[in-house]
Amino acid sequence: MARLSLDNVTKSFANFDAVKDVSIDVADGEFLAVLGPSGCGKTTLLRLVAGFEKVTSGEIRIGNEVVSGKGGSVAPEKRRVGIVFQNYALWPHMTVAENIGYSLKVAKLDKAVARRKVEDALALVNLQGLGERRPANLSGGQRQRVALARCLVAAPSLVLFDEPLANLDVHLRASMEDEFASFHKRTGTTIVYITHDQAEAMALADRIAVMDDGRLAQLATPRELYHEPANEMVASFISQGILLPADVLSAEQVGHCKIRVLGTELIVRCRPGERPRAGAKICCRSADLDVSPDGPGFDGLVKRVIYQGGSAHIEFTPSTSPDLTLHFEQPDPVVLESGAQARLRIRSGWLIPAAGAAS
Amino acid sequence: MSTRIRESRGQEMVLTAAVAIVIVLLSLLPMLRLIKEIVAPGGTLSAVAIKAGLASPATWIATWHTLVVGIGGTLLAVLSGTLVAVLVTLTDIRARSAMVLCYVMPLMIAPQVTALAWLQLFGPASPFLKLFGAAPPLGTRNPLYSTSGIILLLGVQYGPLVFLLVRAGLRKLPRELIEAARAGGAGWFTVLVTIVLPLMTPSIMAAAALAFVSCVGNFGIPAFLGIPANYLVLPTLIYQKLAGGGPAVLGETAFLSVLIGIIAMAGILAQEIMSRRRDYRISSTSLSAEPYELGRWRPAVQAGMWLLIIVVLFLPLFGLVLTSLVPGYGIALTAKTATFDNYRFVLFEHDAASRAFFNSFWLSIAAAFFAVLVAVPIGYLIAWGKQRWVRLLNLSVELPYALPGVVLAIASLLMFLRPIPLTGIQLYNTVWIILYAYLARFLVLALRPTISGYHQIDRALEEAAQVAGAGLFTRMRTIIFPLVAPAAIAGGLLIFMTALSELTVSALLWSSGSETIGVVMFSFEQGGDSNYAAAMSVITVAVTFVLMLVTNLLAPYLPTGVLPWRD
Ligand SMILES: Nc1ncnc2c1ncn2[C@@H]1O[C@H](COP(=O)(O)OP(=O)(O)OP(=O)(O)O)[C@@H](O)[C@H]1O
Ligand SMILES: [Mg+2]
Repeated sequence: MARLSLDNVTKSFANFDAVKDVSIDVADGEFLAVLGPSGCGKTTLLRLVAGFEKVTSGEIRIGNEVVSGKGGSVAPEKRRVGIVFQNYALWPHMTVAENIGYSLKVAKLDKAVARRKVEDALALVNLQGLGERRPANLSGGQRQRVALARCLVAAPSLVLFDEPLANLDVHLRASMEDEFASFHKRTGTTIVYITHDQAEAMALADRIAVMDDGRLAQLATPRELYHEPANEMVASFISQGILLPADVLSAEQVGHCKIRVLGTELIVRCRPGERPRAGAKICCRSADLDVSPDGPGFDGLVKRVIYQGGSAHIEFTPSTSPDLTLHFEQPDPVVLESGAQARLRIRSGWLIPAAGAAS
Repeated sequence: MSTRIRESRGQEMVLTAAVAIVIVLLSLLPMLRLIKEIVAPGGTLSAVAIKAGLASPATWIATWHTLVVGIGGTLLAVLSGTLVAVLVTLTDIRARSAMVLCYVMPLMIAPQVTALAWLQLFGPASPFLKLFGAAPPLGTRNPLYSTSGIILLLGVQYGPLVFLLVRAGLRKLPRELIEAARAGGAGWFTVLVTIVLPLMTPSIMAAAALAFVSCVGNFGIPAFLGIPANYLVLPTLIYQKLAGGGPAVLGETAFLSVLIGIIAMAGILAQEIMSRRRDYRISSTSLSAEPYELGRWRPAVQAGMWLLIIVVLFLPLFGLVLTSLVPGYGIALTAKTATFDNYRFVLFEHDAASRAFFNSFWLSIAAAFFAVLVAVPIGYLIAWGKQRWVRLLNLSVELPYALPGVVLAIASLLMFLRPIPLTGIQLYNTVWIILYAYLARFLVLALRPTISGYHQIDRALEEAAQVAGAGLFTRMRTIIFPLVAPAAIAGGLLIFMTALSELTVSALLWSSGSETIGVVMFSFEQGGDSNYAAAMSVITVAVTFVLMLVTNLLAPYLPTGVLPWRD
C-alpha cells in the first residue's frame, strides 16, 4: 500500500503532448478513477506510473520514493506495481496457475509457498480449480479475473487498471464492478482505475480525475464532479450537462449568486468569492428544468422530441438566442410537442468558475 | 439477363481453366512424373529403383552428410537469425534500417557466390590475406573445404531467412504481454527467456523448417566447399552421377532426389508436430513493445552487430572483388598487378561465359515476365476466389519452390528427355528446359507478393467496375492489373535477381550452348580459374544490387514485407 503522487507530469511523443502538466495526489488506500474521452492520454498516464514510458518533465513518486523524474526512472520490474490490461495480456503458453504464479517464480519464492499463494489468489477471484486450464479455454470474465489474480498475487503496493471491463458484456461488467469494489474494501490497496465509462467511475471511485486532451480537467469526488464541475468540458462530459451563457449580477453570498440567463434572472450555486462578470456560463441538469406554461421563464421552439421509453429527449431553441440548442430529458408524461412553442423555467444551476480560477 | 450471367460465368471458367492448366503443367505433372519413375520405372510397378538406391553405400553416406550439414546449418541460422532479430527489434539499437538491409543482403546473393567469396577470403591464394602477408603458404588446404566450413556458410546464407520470419513474429507481439511480465518483477533477460522466446516458438519453428529445407537442398555451397574435399551431400552426389553417367543414370538420381524431397518434408512435418504441442496463439493485437534501453551496453552491442555484418557481408565481398582484380592464381594484389583483364575475359573473350551472360539475362527476364503475367490471375483466384480448392492451388504452386531445386530439375529431365508426345518438340539439351524449370520453381516468388497485394485492395473497387458492366477480363485489364501491378512487378524483380545467378537447377539441365552464369562460374572454379569466377560473381552481385535499388523505387506502392531487405 502506498501513496502515489504526480507532480507536473508531462509526456511528449515527438512534438505531441499526450499528457500535459498533470498533478495528482492519490492517498494511501484510495480508489482513484481516471475518466476521459478516447485519446485524452489516460493510458499514457497509467504507463508513466507503471514505468513503461519515461516522463518528459515532472516527477512521479510511489510511497516516498521518486520513481520517475529528472534523476532517471526506476525500471517497471522494480516498482512493485500491479497492472491489469484491457486485453488481459495473459500468456497463452502458460496455464492459469503459471500465469498467476509468474511473479512468484521470478522472485524465486519457495515452490510450496508459491503454490499456496496461487491457490489463495485463485480463491480470491472465485476461480478455484481452474489452475490447470489454458487462458484460451476461459471466458472473457474468467480471463479478466485471472489477470486480476495475477497482479494481486505479489501483493503490489499499487494496482493499475486500464479499462479492465471494456471488453465485457453489460451483465458481466456489473458483477465484476462489485468484485473490484469488494476487493478494494477487503485489501485497502491503492488503486488507479482507468475508464471512459462515467457510471463505472462513479460507482467505484473515491475520487475521479477527469482528463481532457492530456490535461487534468478536474479532480474531485463523484458528487462534486456532478454538482460543481470546474469547467465547461467537465460540465458537458459528466451526464451531458446543459451549458448556458449567463451574466453574473451579484457577488457570491453563502454559496449563491444572482445571474441573468436567457433574459431571466436566477439564483444559482457558485464558488466562494465570485464577483459580477459578463460572459459566464452556467451548468444545469434536466432535473433543473421545468415546463411552465404561464409562470416566469423563457420562450422558445421545441425543435425535436425523441421518445425513449419513460422519458423523451428534447431539443429546444430559446427565442432570445436562436443559434443555441438545449438538449435535455423530460420524464413521462411528456407534454412538449415537436414544432410547438413552449416556456421553460430553470430552477437552479451551477455557475462555472472563470477559466484560470484556482480550484 | 440469363445470357449475361452465362457470359460472366464463362469468363470465370476460362480463367479458372487457364490457371488450372498452367499449374498442372508447371507443378503437378513434373512431380507425378518423378514419382512414376520411382515406383514404376519403365512403365510397370517395381521396387527395383528403390532397392538399387538403398543398396548403394554412396546413398547412405551422402544422406548422412546431408543431415549433418542440414541440421548444423539450420542450428547456426536459427541461433544467429533469432539473436539478431531480438536485438534489432526489441532494443533501442541505432541505424536499424541499414542494419536490416546489410544483414539480409546475403539472402539476395547466390549461394555459390557466397561460397566463392569466403573461399577467396581464407585460401592460401587469398589476395585479402596477402595484403597483410597473412596468407598460408601455397598448397595449404583451405579450412573451408570441410564439414564445418559448409555448416558455417549455410548458417551465414540462411540466418537472414530466420531473421525475417522471427522479426515479423516479434513485431506482432503485443506489448502488454511483455509489460505484464515486467510489472510482475521480471528483468529483461527473464522476460526474453520466459515470455518472448516461448511465444516466438511458432515463428522460430517455421523459420527453422524453412532453413532446413534450404540447407538440405542447397547445391552451391556443398558444391564449392564439399566436392574438393570429396564430401558429398545428396544434391552434389546427384550432380556427379549425372555429369558422369548422363541420362542412363536418371532412374538412380530420381530416387536420390525423392530422398532429398522426403528429408525436406520430414523437416516441415517435424515443425508442424512441434508447434502443435502447445498453445501459442496470441489473440489480441496492440502496439509492439517499447524498445528495451541498452544504456551503456548500446555501443558494445552496436559494434558487435556491425562487426557481424562486416564479417558476413563486407569482408567476403571485398575478398571477391580483390580476387577478380588479380591477374592469376596466387599473385599478390598491388597497384601494379591490379587488372580488369578478368572482366574483359569473361564478358567478351570467353565464348561460354559471354553466352552465359546472354542466356541468364534473357532466361531471368522471360521467367520474371511470365510469372508476373500468370501471378495476377492466379492471385485473383487464391485471394478472392470463393472455391474451396484454392488452398490446394496455393499449395501446388508453393511445392516446386518448397522442395529442393534438384528435385524439380530431375523431374524436368525425366519429362523432357524424350520429345514431347504428339508435337515431337525436343526440349532436352536446349535452353528451353531451363526456362521451364525456372518458371515452375520461381512462380511462387511473384505470387506471394501479388496475393498480399490483393489483400490490401478494397474489393469494392472491382465490384464497382462490375456494377458498371465490365466483364471479368475487362476488369482484370483495367482495374485489377493496375492495382496489383506494383506487388506483382516487385515479385518479378525478385525472380530476376534469384534466377540471374541460379545454379542448382541449371547445373543439372544445362547443355553446350545453354550455359548459365552459375554454370560457367562453377566450371571456372572447378578448373582453378577463381579469378574469372570472381569477376562473374562481382558482376552479378553488382547487377543484383542495382536492381534492389530500382525495386526500392516501387516500395511506396507495395504491401509491407514484399521486399525482404526493406525494414
Ligand atoms: N507511443 C506513442 N507514440 C506516439 N503517440 C502516442 C503513443 N502512445 C500514445 N500516443 C498518443 O497519445 C494520445 C493519448 O493516447 P492514450 O493511449 O493515452 O489515450 P487514451 O486516453 O488511453 O485513449 P483510449 O480511451 O482510446 O484508450 C493519443 O493521441 C495517442 O495517439
Ligand atoms: Mg487507453
